[in-house]
Amino acid sequence: MLTIKNIDVFYGKIHAVRRASLHVRRGEIVALIGGNGAGKTTLLSTVSGLLRPAAGNIVFDGQEITRLGADRIVRAGISHVPEGRLVFKPLSVEDNLLLGSYHRFSFKLKQEITEDMEAIYSMFPVLKERRKQPAGTLSGGEQQMLAIGRALMARPKVLLLDEPGMGLAPNITQEIFKHIVSLRDKFGLTVLLVEQNARSALKIADRGYVLETGRIVLQGPAEELLQNKDVQRAYLGRDITDQVEISNE
Amino acid sequence: MLVLGETVMVLLDYIQFLISGLTVGSTYGLTALGFTIIFNTTGIINFAQGEFLMLGGMLSVFLLKFLNLGLLPAVLLAIIITTCVGALIERFTIRPVQKSSTINLIIITIGISIFIRGVAMLLWGKDTYALPSFSGDTPLSFFGASMHPQSIWILSITLVLLCLLKFFFARTIYGKAMLACSFEKKAAYLVGINVQRMVLFSFMISALVGAIGGVILTPLTMTSFDVGILLGLKGFAACILGGLGNPFGAAAGGLILGVLESFGAGIVSSAYKDAITFIVLLLLLFVKPSGLFGQAEVERV
Ligand SMILES: Nc1ncnc2c1ncn2[C@@H]1O[C@H](COP(=O)(O)OP(=O)(O)O)[C@@H](O)[C@H]1O
Ligand SMILES: [Mg+2]
Repeated sequence: MLTIKNIDVFYGKIHAVRRASLHVRRGEIVALIGGNGAGKTTLLSTVSGLLRPAAGNIVFDGQEITRLGADRIVRAGISHVPEGRLVFKPLSVEDNLLLGSYHRFSFKLKQEITEDMEAIYSMFPVLKERRKQPAGTLSGGEQQMLAIGRALMARPKVLLLDEPGMGLAPNITQEIFKHIVSLRDKFGLTVLLVEQNARSALKIADRGYVLETGRIVLQGPAEELLQNKDVQRAYLGRDITDQVEISNE
Repeated sequence: MLVLGETVMVLLDYIQFLISGLTVGSTYGLTALGFTIIFNTTGIINFAQGEFLMLGGMLSVFLLKFLNLGLLPAVLLAIIITTCVGALIERFTIRPVQKSSTINLIIITIGISIFIRGVAMLLWGKDTYALPSFSGDTPLSFFGASMHPQSIWILSITLVLLCLLKFFFARTIYGKAMLACSFEKKAAYLVGINVQRMVLFSFMISALVGAIGGVILTPLTMTSFDVGILLGLKGFAACILGGLGNPFGAAAGGLILGVLESFGAGIVSSAYKDAITFIVLLLLLFVKPSGLFGQAEVERV
Protein backbone atom coordinates (compact mmCIF):
# COMPACT_ATOMS: atom_id res chain seq x y z
CA MET A 1 0.00 0.00 0.00
CA LEU A 2 2.88 2.32 0.88
CA THR A 3 6.28 1.66 -0.63
CA ILE A 4 9.36 3.72 0.06
CA LYS A 5 12.28 2.99 -2.20
CA ASN A 6 15.90 4.07 -1.78
CA ILE A 7 15.13 7.39 -0.19
CA ASP A 8 17.92 9.89 0.49
CA VAL A 9 17.13 12.96 2.57
CA PHE A 10 19.48 15.81 3.41
CA TYR A 11 19.37 18.81 5.73
CA GLY A 12 21.87 20.98 3.93
CA LYS A 13 24.97 18.80 4.11
CA ILE A 14 23.65 16.44 6.79
CA HIS A 15 22.71 13.14 5.20
CA ALA A 16 19.87 12.20 7.55
CA VAL A 17 18.30 9.26 5.67
CA ARG A 18 20.42 7.02 3.42
CA ARG A 19 18.91 4.84 0.74
CA ALA A 20 16.14 3.72 3.03
CA SER A 21 13.48 1.36 1.70
CA LEU A 22 10.44 0.02 3.46
CA HIS A 23 6.91 -0.97 2.70
CA VAL A 24 3.65 -1.22 4.59
CA ARG A 25 0.85 -3.52 3.48
CA ARG A 26 -2.82 -2.76 3.82
CA GLY A 27 -4.02 -3.36 7.38
CA GLU A 28 -0.55 -3.84 8.80
CA ILE A 29 0.99 -2.16 11.80
CA VAL A 30 4.65 -1.62 11.01
CA ALA A 31 7.05 -0.36 13.66
CA LEU A 32 10.07 1.74 12.77
CA ILE A 33 12.48 1.77 15.68
CA GLY A 34 15.82 3.39 16.23
CA GLY A 35 17.68 5.60 18.65
CA ASN A 36 17.62 9.34 18.95
CA GLY A 37 18.77 11.03 15.74
CA ALA A 38 18.51 7.85 13.66
CA GLY A 39 16.34 9.63 11.09
CA LYS A 40 12.89 8.30 11.98
CA THR A 41 11.17 11.67 12.04
CA THR A 42 12.95 12.67 8.85
CA LEU A 43 11.70 9.57 7.09
CA LEU A 44 8.08 10.10 8.18
CA SER A 45 8.19 13.78 7.26
CA THR A 46 9.41 12.87 3.81
CA VAL A 47 6.46 10.53 3.32
CA SER A 48 3.99 13.20 4.42
CA GLY A 49 5.50 15.85 2.15
CA LEU A 50 7.05 18.13 4.76
CA LEU A 51 10.49 17.30 3.37
CA ARG A 52 11.63 16.50 -0.17
CA PRO A 53 13.93 13.54 -0.76
CA ALA A 54 17.06 14.08 -2.84
CA ALA A 55 16.64 10.68 -4.45
CA GLY A 56 14.34 7.69 -4.37
CA ASN A 57 10.61 7.42 -4.64
CA ILE A 58 7.48 6.87 -2.63
CA VAL A 59 4.43 5.12 -4.03
CA PHE A 60 1.07 5.07 -2.29
CA ASP A 61 -1.91 3.08 -3.56
CA GLY A 62 -0.24 2.79 -6.96
CA GLN A 63 0.28 6.55 -7.20
CA GLU A 64 3.69 8.20 -7.09
CA ILE A 65 3.60 10.80 -4.29
CA THR A 66 7.32 11.51 -3.96
CA ARG A 67 7.26 15.21 -4.69
CA LEU A 68 3.70 16.18 -3.89
CA GLY A 69 3.03 18.92 -1.34
CA ALA A 70 1.79 17.97 2.13
CA ASP A 71 -1.76 19.08 1.32
CA ARG A 72 -1.92 16.73 -1.69
CA ILE A 73 -0.60 13.83 0.34
CA VAL A 74 -3.15 14.18 3.12
CA ARG A 75 -5.80 14.35 0.41
CA ALA A 76 -4.44 11.12 -1.05
CA GLY A 77 -5.05 9.38 2.29
CA ILE A 78 -1.93 9.61 4.45
CA SER A 79 -2.23 11.36 7.82
CA HIS A 80 0.82 12.14 9.89
CA VAL A 81 0.61 12.58 13.69
CA PRO A 82 3.77 14.59 14.22
CA GLU A 83 6.40 14.22 16.90
CA GLY A 84 5.55 16.39 19.88
CA ARG A 85 1.83 16.27 18.93
CA LEU A 86 1.74 19.87 17.63
CA VAL A 87 -1.87 20.56 18.47
CA PHE A 88 -3.10 24.10 17.77
CA LYS A 89 -2.78 25.17 21.39
CA PRO A 90 -4.89 28.34 21.51
CA LEU A 91 -7.73 26.78 19.50
CA SER A 92 -10.42 24.67 21.16
CA VAL A 93 -10.32 20.90 21.09
CA GLU A 94 -13.29 20.97 18.74
CA ASP A 95 -11.61 23.40 16.36
CA ASN A 96 -8.52 21.21 16.31
CA LEU A 97 -10.65 18.27 15.25
CA LEU A 98 -12.53 20.36 12.73
CA LEU A 99 -9.28 21.49 11.14
CA GLY A 100 -8.36 17.83 10.82
CA SER A 101 -11.12 17.63 8.22
CA TYR A 102 -9.86 20.74 6.41
CA HIS A 103 -8.82 19.01 3.21
CA ARG A 104 -12.28 17.57 2.62
CA PHE A 105 -14.33 20.31 4.24
CA SER A 106 -17.39 21.61 2.48
CA PHE A 107 -20.76 22.69 3.74
CA LYS A 108 -22.38 19.70 2.11
CA LEU A 109 -20.26 17.39 4.23
CA LYS A 110 -21.00 19.17 7.49
CA GLN A 111 -23.24 16.37 8.73
CA GLU A 112 -20.67 13.71 7.93
CA ILE A 113 -17.90 15.68 9.61
CA THR A 114 -19.97 16.13 12.75
CA GLU A 115 -20.57 12.38 12.83
CA ASP A 116 -16.86 11.69 12.45
CA MET A 117 -16.20 14.06 15.30
CA GLU A 118 -18.70 12.19 17.46
CA ALA A 119 -16.91 8.94 16.60
CA ILE A 120 -13.64 10.45 17.82
CA TYR A 121 -15.35 11.65 20.98
CA SER A 122 -16.67 8.19 21.73
CA MET A 123 -13.18 6.80 21.23
CA PHE A 124 -11.63 9.48 23.49
CA PRO A 125 -14.44 10.63 25.84
CA VAL A 126 -12.11 13.00 27.66
CA LEU A 127 -11.88 15.08 24.49
CA LYS A 128 -15.63 15.52 24.49
CA GLU A 129 -15.58 16.74 28.08
CA ARG A 130 -12.97 19.29 27.13
CA ARG A 131 -14.17 20.17 23.67
CA LYS A 132 -14.54 23.90 24.35
CA GLN A 133 -11.17 24.16 26.11
CA PRO A 134 -8.05 25.44 24.39
CA ALA A 135 -5.96 22.46 23.33
CA GLY A 136 -2.98 23.91 25.20
CA THR A 137 -4.71 23.27 28.53
CA LEU A 138 -4.86 19.50 27.97
CA SER A 139 -2.39 17.09 29.57
CA GLY A 140 0.26 15.43 27.41
CA GLY A 141 -1.74 12.24 27.00
CA GLU A 142 -4.88 14.16 26.10
CA GLN A 143 -2.97 16.22 23.57
CA GLN A 144 -1.71 13.01 22.00
CA MET A 145 -5.29 11.73 21.76
CA LEU A 146 -6.28 15.02 20.19
CA ALA A 147 -3.42 14.84 17.70
CA ILE A 148 -4.51 11.33 16.73
CA GLY A 149 -8.14 12.41 16.56
CA ARG A 150 -7.23 15.35 14.36
CA ALA A 151 -5.34 13.04 12.00
CA LEU A 152 -8.28 10.63 11.88
CA MET A 153 -10.63 13.47 10.96
CA ALA A 154 -8.88 13.47 7.59
CA ARG A 155 -10.26 9.95 7.05
CA PRO A 156 -6.86 8.49 6.22
CA LYS A 157 -6.05 5.09 4.83
CA VAL A 158 -2.60 5.18 6.39
CA LEU A 159 -1.67 6.73 9.72
CA LEU A 160 1.93 7.76 10.37
CA LEU A 161 2.59 8.05 14.10
CA ASP A 162 5.77 9.69 15.36
CA GLU A 163 6.58 8.68 18.93
CA PRO A 164 3.04 8.84 20.33
CA GLY A 165 4.38 7.68 23.70
CA MET A 166 6.99 10.39 24.04
CA GLY A 167 6.98 11.94 27.50
CA LEU A 168 3.92 10.01 28.64
CA ALA A 169 3.58 7.72 31.65
CA PRO A 170 3.77 4.03 30.64
CA ASN A 171 0.12 3.30 31.43
CA ILE A 172 -1.03 6.17 29.20
CA THR A 173 1.29 5.03 26.43
CA GLN A 174 -0.26 1.56 26.72
CA GLU A 175 -3.75 3.04 26.47
CA ILE A 176 -2.82 4.91 23.32
CA PHE A 177 -1.25 1.80 21.82
CA LYS A 178 -4.46 -0.10 22.53
CA HIS A 179 -6.39 2.50 20.58
CA ILE A 180 -3.96 2.13 17.68
CA VAL A 181 -4.54 -1.62 17.58
CA SER A 182 -8.30 -1.22 17.71
CA LEU A 183 -8.21 1.34 14.89
CA ARG A 184 -6.54 -1.26 12.74
CA ASP A 185 -8.80 -4.09 13.87
CA LYS A 186 -12.07 -2.18 13.61
CA PHE A 187 -11.47 0.10 10.65
CA GLY A 188 -8.70 -1.63 8.78
CA LEU A 189 -6.43 1.37 9.20
CA THR A 190 -2.83 0.85 8.12
CA VAL A 191 -0.23 2.15 10.57
CA LEU A 192 3.43 3.08 10.38
CA LEU A 193 4.52 3.59 13.96
CA VAL A 194 7.78 5.24 14.97
CA GLU A 195 8.95 4.62 18.52
CA GLN A 196 12.02 4.73 20.68
CA ASN A 197 10.05 2.62 23.13
CA ALA A 198 10.85 -0.41 21.00
CA ARG A 199 9.37 -3.16 23.11
CA SER A 200 5.83 -1.75 23.27
CA ALA A 201 5.93 -0.86 19.60
CA LEU A 202 7.09 -4.29 18.48
CA LYS A 203 4.51 -5.97 20.70
CA ILE A 204 1.62 -4.45 18.77
CA ALA A 205 3.33 -4.49 15.36
CA ASP A 206 3.20 -7.11 12.63
CA ARG A 207 6.59 -6.24 11.25
CA GLY A 208 9.39 -3.92 12.15
CA TYR A 209 12.35 -2.04 10.73
CA VAL A 210 15.38 -0.84 12.61
CA LEU A 211 16.92 2.46 11.54
CA GLU A 212 20.46 3.40 12.53
CA THR A 213 22.16 6.63 11.43
CA GLY A 214 19.82 6.94 8.48
CA ARG A 215 20.06 3.35 7.26
CA ILE A 216 17.63 0.48 7.62
CA VAL A 217 19.87 -2.13 9.25
CA LEU A 218 17.36 -4.82 10.14
CA GLN A 219 13.83 -5.79 9.24
CA GLY A 220 11.47 -8.67 9.86
CA PRO A 221 8.40 -9.90 11.65
CA ALA A 222 7.95 -8.18 14.99
CA GLU A 223 8.36 -11.36 17.08
CA GLU A 224 11.66 -12.08 15.37
CA LEU A 225 12.95 -8.61 16.10
CA LEU A 226 11.87 -8.95 19.71
CA GLN A 227 13.98 -12.15 19.93
CA ASN A 228 16.91 -10.72 17.98
CA LYS A 229 20.03 -10.40 20.17
CA ASP A 230 21.25 -7.18 18.52
CA VAL A 231 17.86 -5.56 18.90
CA GLN A 232 17.60 -6.69 22.49
CA ARG A 233 21.01 -5.28 23.31
CA ALA A 234 20.59 -2.02 21.48
CA TYR A 235 16.94 -1.13 22.07
CA LEU A 236 15.11 -3.45 24.39
CA GLY A 237 17.53 -3.39 27.30
CA ARG A 238 17.32 0.35 27.47
CA ASP A 239 13.60 0.18 27.30
CA ILE A 240 13.32 -1.19 30.80
CA THR A 241 15.54 1.50 32.25
CA ASP A 242 13.48 4.08 30.35
CA GLN A 243 10.37 2.94 32.13
CA VAL A 244 12.08 2.95 35.51
CA GLU A 245 13.17 6.51 34.90
CA ILE A 246 9.68 7.58 33.98
CA SER A 247 8.08 6.03 37.04
CA ASN A 248 10.66 7.70 39.24
CA GLU A 249 9.79 11.16 37.98
CA MET B 1 -26.30 81.00 35.20
CA LEU B 2 -22.85 81.77 33.97
CA VAL B 3 -21.46 78.70 35.73
CA LEU B 4 -24.12 76.48 34.25
CA GLY B 5 -23.42 77.86 30.82
CA GLU B 6 -19.79 77.09 31.22
CA THR B 7 -20.50 73.53 32.32
CA VAL B 8 -22.62 72.99 29.24
CA MET B 9 -19.87 74.43 27.08
CA VAL B 10 -17.34 72.08 28.65
CA LEU B 11 -19.69 69.15 28.17
CA LEU B 12 -20.17 70.06 24.52
CA ASP B 13 -16.41 70.22 24.13
CA TYR B 14 -16.12 66.78 25.63
CA ILE B 15 -18.69 65.32 23.27
CA GLN B 16 -16.80 66.95 20.45
CA PHE B 17 -13.53 65.40 21.63
CA LEU B 18 -15.21 62.05 21.98
CA ILE B 19 -16.59 62.12 18.44
CA SER B 20 -13.36 63.15 16.81
CA GLY B 21 -11.46 60.71 19.00
CA LEU B 22 -13.67 57.81 18.00
CA THR B 23 -13.43 58.80 14.36
CA VAL B 24 -9.67 58.95 14.24
CA GLY B 25 -9.50 55.99 16.60
CA SER B 26 -11.47 53.91 14.11
CA THR B 27 -8.76 54.28 11.53
CA TYR B 28 -6.12 53.38 14.11
CA GLY B 29 -8.28 50.37 14.85
CA LEU B 30 -8.41 49.42 11.17
CA THR B 31 -4.65 49.72 10.91
CA ALA B 32 -4.33 47.60 14.03
CA LEU B 33 -6.65 45.02 12.48
CA GLY B 34 -4.33 44.85 9.50
CA PHE B 35 -1.39 44.16 11.79
CA THR B 36 -3.42 41.52 13.60
CA ILE B 37 -4.38 39.59 10.48
CA ILE B 38 -0.82 39.20 9.22
CA PHE B 39 0.46 38.54 12.71
CA ASN B 40 -2.15 35.87 13.29
CA THR B 41 -1.20 34.00 10.15
CA THR B 42 2.56 34.42 10.08
CA GLY B 43 3.77 35.76 13.42
CA ILE B 44 5.19 38.72 11.47
CA ILE B 45 4.56 42.32 12.43
CA ASN B 46 4.17 44.03 9.08
CA PHE B 47 5.62 47.50 9.41
CA ALA B 48 4.43 48.32 5.90
CA GLN B 49 0.85 48.33 7.21
CA GLY B 50 0.73 52.14 7.38
CA GLU B 51 1.70 52.32 3.70
CA PHE B 52 -1.48 50.48 2.78
CA LEU B 53 -3.44 53.38 4.29
CA MET B 54 -1.29 55.88 2.44
CA LEU B 55 -1.75 54.01 -0.85
CA GLY B 56 -5.51 53.75 -0.36
CA GLY B 57 -5.78 57.51 0.13
CA MET B 58 -3.20 58.65 -2.42
CA LEU B 59 -4.35 56.32 -5.17
CA SER B 60 -7.94 57.50 -4.67
CA VAL B 61 -6.85 61.09 -5.01
CA PHE B 62 -4.97 60.42 -8.21
CA LEU B 63 -7.45 58.13 -9.84
CA LEU B 64 -10.08 60.76 -9.17
CA LYS B 65 -7.99 63.64 -10.50
CA PHE B 66 -6.12 62.21 -13.43
CA LEU B 67 -8.39 59.49 -14.71
CA ASN B 68 -11.47 61.58 -14.05
CA LEU B 69 -13.20 58.63 -12.52
CA GLY B 70 -16.09 59.27 -10.20
CA LEU B 71 -15.41 59.15 -6.48
CA LEU B 72 -16.80 55.66 -5.98
CA PRO B 73 -14.95 54.00 -8.90
CA ALA B 74 -11.74 55.79 -7.94
CA VAL B 75 -12.00 54.64 -4.35
CA LEU B 76 -12.86 51.06 -5.28
CA LEU B 77 -10.04 50.89 -7.79
CA ALA B 78 -7.60 52.30 -5.22
CA ILE B 79 -8.63 49.61 -2.76
CA ILE B 80 -8.23 46.89 -5.37
CA ILE B 81 -4.79 48.13 -6.44
CA THR B 82 -3.62 48.32 -2.82
CA THR B 83 -4.85 44.77 -2.23
CA CYS B 84 -2.79 43.66 -5.21
CA VAL B 85 0.22 45.49 -3.78
CA GLY B 86 -0.28 43.43 -0.63
CA ALA B 87 -0.25 40.27 -2.74
CA LEU B 88 2.89 41.38 -4.60
CA ILE B 89 4.69 42.12 -1.34
CA GLU B 90 3.99 38.61 -0.08
CA ARG B 91 4.81 36.94 -3.35
CA PHE B 92 8.07 38.73 -4.11
CA THR B 93 9.55 39.75 -0.79
CA ILE B 94 8.19 37.46 1.92
CA ARG B 95 7.74 34.12 0.15
CA PRO B 96 11.27 33.85 -1.30
CA VAL B 97 12.74 34.19 2.18
CA GLN B 98 9.98 32.56 4.21
CA LYS B 99 12.41 30.21 5.92
CA SER B 100 14.21 33.14 7.59
CA SER B 101 13.59 34.04 11.19
CA THR B 102 10.59 36.16 12.10
CA ILE B 103 12.82 39.05 13.06
CA ASN B 104 14.42 39.07 9.60
CA LEU B 105 11.00 39.10 7.99
CA ILE B 106 9.94 42.01 10.19
CA ILE B 107 13.02 43.94 9.11
CA ILE B 108 12.12 43.19 5.50
CA THR B 109 8.69 44.76 6.05
CA ILE B 110 10.42 47.90 7.33
CA GLY B 111 12.43 47.95 4.11
CA ILE B 112 9.27 47.52 2.06
CA SER B 113 7.61 50.45 3.81
CA ILE B 114 10.60 52.68 3.05
CA PHE B 115 10.52 51.55 -0.57
CA ILE B 116 6.79 52.18 -1.02
CA ARG B 117 7.09 55.59 0.57
CA GLY B 118 10.00 56.42 -1.72
CA VAL B 119 8.08 55.42 -4.83
CA ALA B 120 5.07 57.43 -3.66
CA MET B 121 7.24 60.49 -3.18
CA LEU B 122 8.76 60.14 -6.65
CA LEU B 123 5.35 59.74 -8.23
CA TRP B 124 3.35 62.30 -6.33
CA GLY B 125 5.87 64.61 -4.69
CA LYS B 126 5.75 65.88 -1.15
CA ASP B 127 2.50 67.83 -1.42
CA THR B 128 -0.55 67.27 0.69
CA TYR B 129 -3.71 66.21 -1.10
CA ALA B 130 -7.38 66.18 -0.22
CA LEU B 131 -10.18 63.84 -1.15
CA PRO B 132 -13.84 64.95 -1.22
CA SER B 133 -16.03 63.56 1.54
CA PHE B 134 -18.43 60.80 0.61
CA SER B 135 -21.56 62.76 1.41
CA GLY B 136 -20.78 66.45 1.57
CA ASP B 137 -19.26 68.60 4.27
CA THR B 138 -22.34 70.00 5.98
CA PRO B 139 -21.81 69.24 9.68
CA LEU B 140 -24.45 67.20 11.40
CA SER B 141 -25.53 68.15 14.87
CA PHE B 142 -25.13 65.48 17.48
CA PHE B 143 -26.30 66.35 21.01
CA GLY B 144 -25.32 69.92 20.26
CA ALA B 145 -21.85 68.98 19.10
CA SER B 146 -21.12 69.06 15.43
CA MET B 147 -20.15 65.98 13.56
CA HIS B 148 -18.69 65.71 10.11
CA PRO B 149 -20.74 63.35 7.91
CA GLN B 150 -17.53 61.53 7.04
CA SER B 151 -17.26 60.52 10.70
CA ILE B 152 -20.42 58.47 10.31
CA TRP B 153 -18.93 56.72 7.30
CA ILE B 154 -15.75 56.00 9.19
CA LEU B 155 -17.47 54.68 12.29
CA SER B 156 -19.93 52.48 10.47
CA ILE B 157 -17.48 51.06 7.93
CA THR B 158 -15.07 50.23 10.75
CA LEU B 159 -17.82 48.52 12.69
CA VAL B 160 -18.92 46.45 9.71
CA LEU B 161 -15.35 45.41 8.87
CA LEU B 162 -14.69 44.48 12.46
CA CYS B 163 -17.77 42.27 12.63
CA LEU B 164 -16.91 40.61 9.33
CA LEU B 165 -13.37 39.83 10.44
CA LYS B 166 -14.49 38.64 13.84
CA PHE B 167 -16.92 36.29 12.14
CA PHE B 168 -14.29 35.12 9.70
CA PHE B 169 -11.71 34.19 12.33
CA ALA B 170 -14.04 32.83 14.99
CA ARG B 171 -16.67 31.07 12.93
CA THR B 172 -15.33 29.92 9.59
CA ILE B 173 -12.95 27.05 9.00
CA TYR B 174 -10.89 29.23 6.64
CA GLY B 175 -10.37 31.81 9.37
CA LYS B 176 -9.41 29.12 11.83
CA ALA B 177 -7.07 27.62 9.25
CA MET B 178 -5.36 31.01 8.92
CA LEU B 179 -4.88 31.12 12.67
CA ALA B 180 -3.61 27.54 12.64
CA CYS B 181 -0.79 28.57 10.29
CA SER B 182 0.75 30.78 12.93
CA PHE B 183 0.02 28.57 15.92
CA GLU B 184 1.63 25.44 14.48
CA LYS B 185 2.81 25.75 10.93
CA LYS B 186 3.94 22.15 10.51
CA ALA B 187 0.63 20.80 11.76
CA ALA B 188 -1.19 23.23 9.46
CA TYR B 189 0.60 21.65 6.49
CA LEU B 190 -0.24 18.19 7.81
CA VAL B 191 -3.99 18.78 7.96
CA GLY B 192 -3.82 19.90 4.34
CA ILE B 193 -3.82 23.67 4.70
CA ASN B 194 -1.98 25.38 1.87
CA VAL B 195 0.03 27.57 4.21
CA GLN B 196 1.58 29.71 1.48
CA ARG B 197 -1.82 30.56 0.08
CA MET B 198 -3.04 31.50 3.57
CA VAL B 199 -0.08 33.81 4.05
CA LEU B 200 -0.84 35.39 0.68
CA PHE B 201 -4.49 35.88 1.69
CA SER B 202 -3.46 37.42 5.00
CA PHE B 203 -1.37 40.05 3.20
CA MET B 204 -4.24 40.73 0.80
CA ILE B 205 -6.84 41.07 3.54
CA SER B 206 -4.54 43.32 5.57
CA ALA B 207 -3.88 45.50 2.55
CA LEU B 208 -7.60 45.63 1.84
CA VAL B 209 -8.47 46.66 5.38
CA GLY B 210 -5.60 49.17 5.39
CA ALA B 211 -6.68 50.68 2.07
CA ILE B 212 -10.26 51.03 3.26
CA GLY B 213 -8.96 52.78 6.36
CA GLY B 214 -6.90 55.17 4.24
CA VAL B 215 -9.77 55.87 1.88
CA ILE B 216 -12.30 56.73 4.57
CA LEU B 217 -9.86 58.80 6.61
CA THR B 218 -8.40 60.94 3.82
CA PRO B 219 -11.47 63.20 3.34
CA LEU B 220 -11.07 64.29 6.96
CA THR B 221 -7.32 64.55 7.38
CA MET B 222 -5.78 64.97 3.90
CA THR B 223 -2.93 62.77 2.81
CA SER B 224 0.67 62.85 1.61
CA PHE B 225 3.34 60.30 0.77
CA ASP B 226 4.44 59.98 4.39
CA VAL B 227 1.17 59.66 6.34
CA GLY B 228 1.81 55.93 6.60
CA ILE B 229 4.60 56.33 9.13
CA LEU B 230 2.57 57.86 11.90
CA LEU B 231 -0.60 55.92 11.12
CA GLY B 232 1.39 52.72 11.12
CA LEU B 233 2.94 53.50 14.48
CA LYS B 234 -0.41 54.46 15.96
CA GLY B 235 -1.99 51.30 14.62
CA PHE B 236 0.86 49.27 16.05
CA ALA B 237 0.41 50.98 19.41
CA ALA B 238 -3.31 50.20 19.27
CA CYS B 239 -2.47 46.58 18.59
CA ILE B 240 -0.19 46.32 21.60
CA LEU B 241 -2.72 48.20 23.70
CA GLY B 242 -5.44 45.73 22.81
CA GLY B 243 -3.22 42.66 23.00
CA LEU B 244 -1.41 41.54 19.87
CA GLY B 245 -3.36 38.97 17.89
CA ASN B 246 -6.82 39.83 19.15
CA PRO B 247 -8.97 41.56 16.46
CA PHE B 248 -11.47 42.91 18.97
CA GLY B 249 -8.65 44.17 21.17
CA ALA B 250 -6.99 45.81 18.17
CA ALA B 251 -10.09 47.78 17.28
CA ALA B 252 -10.80 48.68 20.89
CA GLY B 253 -7.16 49.69 21.33
CA GLY B 254 -7.51 51.99 18.34
CA LEU B 255 -10.65 53.64 19.67
CA ILE B 256 -9.13 54.12 23.11
CA LEU B 257 -6.00 55.68 21.64
CA GLY B 258 -8.03 57.96 19.41
CA VAL B 259 -10.14 59.18 22.30
CA LEU B 260 -7.16 59.67 24.62
CA GLU B 261 -5.38 61.64 21.94
CA SER B 262 -8.35 63.79 21.22
CA PHE B 263 -8.95 64.62 24.89
CA GLY B 264 -5.25 65.13 25.46
CA ALA B 265 -5.02 67.49 22.54
CA GLY B 266 -8.17 69.35 23.57
CA ILE B 267 -7.50 69.65 27.26
CA VAL B 268 -3.72 69.75 27.54
CA SER B 269 -2.29 70.84 24.23
CA SER B 270 -2.40 69.60 20.67
CA ALA B 271 1.39 69.74 20.68
CA TYR B 272 1.35 66.60 22.83
CA LYS B 273 -1.21 64.71 20.73
CA ASP B 274 1.20 62.23 19.21
CA ALA B 275 3.27 61.86 22.35
CA ILE B 276 0.21 60.68 24.27
CA THR B 277 0.02 57.50 22.25
CA PHE B 278 3.51 56.52 23.09
CA ILE B 279 3.30 57.46 26.75
CA VAL B 280 0.19 55.30 27.11
CA LEU B 281 1.92 52.50 25.27
CA LEU B 282 4.98 52.60 27.49
CA LEU B 283 2.90 52.69 30.66
CA LEU B 284 0.89 49.72 29.49
CA LEU B 285 3.96 47.72 28.59
CA PHE B 286 5.18 48.17 32.14
CA VAL B 287 1.89 47.36 33.80
CA LYS B 288 0.32 44.70 31.59
CA PRO B 289 2.58 43.56 28.77
CA SER B 290 -0.03 41.22 27.30
CA GLY B 291 -2.26 44.21 26.48
CA LEU B 292 -5.56 45.34 27.95
CA PHE B 293 -7.51 42.46 26.43
CA GLY B 294 -4.65 40.04 26.06
CA GLN B 295 -4.77 36.70 27.78
CA ALA B 296 -1.78 35.12 29.40
CA GLU B 297 -0.49 32.23 27.30
CA VAL B 298 -2.68 29.19 27.72
CA GLU B 299 -0.39 26.27 28.03
CA ARG B 300 0.24 23.34 30.26
CA VAL B 301 3.39 21.30 30.01
N1 LIG C 1 15.79 20.62 10.94
C1 LIG C 1 16.97 19.96 10.94
N2 LIG C 1 18.08 20.58 10.48
C2 LIG C 1 19.27 19.94 10.46
N3 LIG C 1 19.46 18.68 10.88
C3 LIG C 1 18.38 18.01 11.34
C4 LIG C 1 17.09 18.62 11.40
N4 LIG C 1 16.23 17.73 11.91
C5 LIG C 1 16.95 16.61 12.16
N5 LIG C 1 18.25 16.78 11.82
C6 LIG C 1 19.32 15.77 11.93
O1 LIG C 1 18.95 14.65 11.16
C7 LIG C 1 19.20 13.46 11.84
C8 LIG C 1 17.95 12.65 12.01
O2 LIG C 1 17.05 13.34 12.85
P1 LIG C 1 15.58 12.84 13.15
O3 LIG C 1 14.96 12.41 11.89
O4 LIG C 1 14.88 13.88 13.94
O5 LIG C 1 15.87 11.57 14.06
P2 LIG C 1 14.89 10.75 15.02
O6 LIG C 1 13.50 11.17 14.74
O7 LIG C 1 15.17 9.33 14.67
O8 LIG C 1 15.31 11.06 16.42
C9 LIG C 1 19.85 13.85 13.16
O9 LIG C 1 21.24 13.77 13.01
C10 LIG C 1 19.44 15.28 13.35
O10 LIG C 1 20.44 15.99 14.06
MG1 LIG D 1 12.16 11.93 16.01
